[in-house]
Amino acid sequence: MSESLNGKGLALVPKAEGKQTLKDFKSDQEVRWCPGCGDYAILAAVQSFMPELGIKRENTVFVSGIGCSSRFPYYMNTYGFHSIHGRAPAIATGLAASRPDLSVWVITGDGDALSIGGNHLIHALRRNVNLNILLFNNRIYGLTKGQYSPTSEVGKITKSTPMGSLDKPFNPISLAVGAEAGFVARTIDSDRKHLHSVLREAAAHRGTSLVEIYQNCNIFNDNAFEDLKDPEKRDVITLRLEHGQPIANATQAVRLAPTGGLEVVARDSISPEEILVHDVHNPDPSLAFALSRLDEPAFQHVPIGIFRSVDRPSYDHLMSEQLEMAVAQRGPGDLDELLQGGDTWKIN
Amino acid sequence: MTKQVQQLDRVIIRFAGDSGDGMQLTGDRFTAETASFGNDLSTLPNFPAEIRAPAGTLPGVSSFQLHFADHDILTPGDAPNVLVAMNPAALKANLSDLPRGADIIANADEFTKRNLQKVGYDVNPLEDESLAEWRLHSVPLTSLTVKALEEFDISKKDAERAKNMFALGLLSWLYGRPVEATIKFIETKFAKKPAIAKSNVAAFNAGYNYGETTEAFSVSYEIKPAPLSAGVYRNISGNQALALGLVAASVQSKLPLFLGSYPITPASDILHELSKHKRFGIRTFQAEDEIAGVGAALGAAFGGALGVTTTSGPGVALKAETVGLAVTTELPLIVVDVQRAGPSTGMPTKTEQTDLLMALFGRNGESPVPVIAPATPSDCFDAAVEAARIAIKYRTPVMLLSDGYLANGSEPWKVPSQAELPDISVPYTTEPNGDDGTTFLPFKRDAETLARPWAIPGTPGLEHRIGGIEKADGTGNISYDPNNHDLMVRLRQAKIDGIDVPDLEVDDPDGDARVLVLGWGSTYGPIAAAARRVRRGGGKVAQAHLRHLNPFPKNIGEVLKSYDKVLLPEINLGQLALLLRAKYLVDIISYNRVRGLPFKAEELAGVIQEVIDSE
Repeated sequence: MSESLNGKGLALVPKAEGKQTLKDFKSDQEVRWCPGCGDYAILAAVQSFMPELGIKRENTVFVSGIGCSSRFPYYMNTYGFHSIHGRAPAIATGLAASRPDLSVWVITGDGDALSIGGNHLIHALRRNVNLNILLFNNRIYGLTKGQYSPTSEVGKITKSTPMGSLDKPFNPISLAVGAEAGFVARTIDSDRKHLHSVLREAAAHRGTSLVEIYQNCNIFNDNAFEDLKDPEKRDVITLRLEHGQPIANATQAVRLAPTGGLEVVARDSISPEEILVHDVHNPDPSLAFALSRLDEPAFQHVPIGIFRSVDRPSYDHLMSEQLEMAVAQRGPGDLDELLQGGDTWKIN
Repeated sequence: MTKQVQQLDRVIIRFAGDSGDGMQLTGDRFTAETASFGNDLSTLPNFPAEIRAPAGTLPGVSSFQLHFADHDILTPGDAPNVLVAMNPAALKANLSDLPRGADIIANADEFTKRNLQKVGYDVNPLEDESLAEWRLHSVPLTSLTVKALEEFDISKKDAERAKNMFALGLLSWLYGRPVEATIKFIETKFAKKPAIAKSNVAAFNAGYNYGETTEAFSVSYEIKPAPLSAGVYRNISGNQALALGLVAASVQSKLPLFLGSYPITPASDILHELSKHKRFGIRTFQAEDEIAGVGAALGAAFGGALGVTTTSGPGVALKAETVGLAVTTELPLIVVDVQRAGPSTGMPTKTEQTDLLMALFGRNGESPVPVIAPATPSDCFDAAVEAARIAIKYRTPVMLLSDGYLANGSEPWKVPSQAELPDISVPYTTEPNGDDGTTFLPFKRDAETLARPWAIPGTPGLEHRIGGIEKADGTGNISYDPNNHDLMVRLRQAKIDGIDVPDLEVDDPDGDARVLVLGWGSTYGPIAAAARRVRRGGGKVAQAHLRHLNPFPKNIGEVLKSYDKVLLPEINLGQLALLLRAKYLVDIISYNRVRGLPFKAEELAGVIQEVIDSE
């Protein structure tokens, strides 16, 4: 029964009756991010994407934590919950687990998801509640005005690290794959078409999907992903991940390394058969993890796209099944019967 | 030999042994027998936090005290009439609580040189004259059990382990307990291990027969059933009652219950109990931590569920920020704090009333939360329903302050029928509430309750956003307007202050007492028992017990001021006294002990009498 929902993340969400447009999803609130912030592009992309899902707007909920990105729900004309720092996955878990008829989206940032809320993130991923987590990664703390974040590169000079940051950053994709998330993808704020394609797959996935979105903070960490946007460099360093296709661009290609991991080599130095063919459905997360390591050292070759899309029963569905099973086995609860259960005695 | 049967009106038994000796189970079974016999009863389990402390040592002693009577009783009793000591450590740890003349039933087999040394006995106290002032019954419980089970195909170790059932059988004979239910219980418990089931039943029967035949016990006792009011009864612990109260609240509110919880002593049993009741549509979520537990409950509440989180003090500390979010988003939520000795880890299995001020004030900002405290184990049921009623009606988090004593203690409970329970349902908001008939104002309040509408996702036309940032009155949009913030702070406070709470009732049989003894939460039993004692001795004392700690009953100031003296015993350093002094300018006399144990009735009777005498 659980399997029947595989690939149908929205199967239990009621369908919209009429056609929806971008305008339907815009709230009446003034958007208050800094001019030039990457969040604008993501908001516009999401607002223009939502009508495509064809689900009832009132059955859509955006939940966020704290940080610049977490203001996102206020700008969506859906139900929304701007919660507290790091806790959005926990709050969304309770909502999605008790309401399978909702499409629940978590909006979070690198600090919110990976620092203060790291625990909730990994547990949401392993549990596989039907959630879509959009992690806006700008590699800096924006709302608190420019401290380094858990994805900032080592040696980052910020207000709190005048001599450079000391701690090794998290790679969000590696972390998610390590937690055996069913759906893990990376996209970029400036590429709306790609963003839409990834969101489409994330929504269709039944269970927790994690989408890392490279997002530019033009105030505190401008041009962090510039090489991925620069028309001259981007095609050289980006490795588009497409299921069933060789992982390569015009100049670079990925193959199995003798060490057991993956390596990037000049495309013309190997035969086409040696190029690794991407399989998003591989139940073994090892290759997805190896792929997530390819951008180290930073930004010489960056995989973009869906790293992993593997179906397993979602937590909310399993939970509902247990309730149904309990009723099937012993009938619906009867309060009088429950209260008078156990060893009772009667006094006349 | 015909044995003498002596009538008693009440007995206090304490079973004590190693934490691996099965004393809690033995106590539970004796309690069940006693309950089905129809005595009134009250229990006090007392055990270490360590699952298996080193065998035979003082820290490893686990005990279970049971007070039962032919009349209505209020506490597990101050001092045992009978101590069952399964080893030297159990004797040593409990002897100081035992009044002279009380019975000691000691397992002589365990009083070996090695075990005696472990707890610092140079000489075997069963053999010298040191216990001469007590009635000592030195019984080789282990070897009698092993002998009784000779013919069973079980290991010696398994045979020895059945010694608690032998002891239970002996005590069951001694106090004329019905045995059928215990035999059935053993058979069910060990259904998958028939040999163990049979041997435990045999050990139980052997203990019973030993009492009947041996000359070591010349007298057995009869304690007649207590004249309780007509109805169906069951014995229930506080945690069980609280869990059933939450199920009832779900049924009576017509809301699906969602429990987000992280295991913590002494609250975990509520999670365990609720996890069994899935056919009521109850979702139980064992979260990754305390914060996720309350977060998930709040998320579920946003979705229209009756959101509940259960924990103890350290967990409440972790949940504080989320409770604040529930305060400002004005969503229903029940936070159960089964208080334990603190600060920090404190003494996890011991009781305390030290979280009152945290429940009231342990959050940032002006963050008012209603607080309710049950008075007895069975009262946890009603308190849970009341907490849900307030949470739903006023759209607010509610703190429910139980404690370790209530959680694990038990008493007979007259089971209510569903028809007697209040309907606490409140419909979700489904229509726009703006003056224009089309807009929805998520923070436009009900004129009477000041509650905001509860419109859940899936409701067309009422899409709205809520959050932790200050909201504009009415629209709920983000607002940094100074006057709006002042207004919202006051509105949230006024909503909680305006909660309908029943008046404080005073028990003063003669109506002319000049001293009031006040309490809250689990001190009800000892305080009421103490007041009875004082009155029996001719003293005049009025008694009142607070169930609602926020808001206080409207008449409380008047009640406090109408007595010359107000005595307030608390298992903390005077937290409620601080509040009452500040709010009502009454010179409360505090009595505080923070020993991880409930008050004793005798102790409080003395304190009350002192206050009366100082008049």
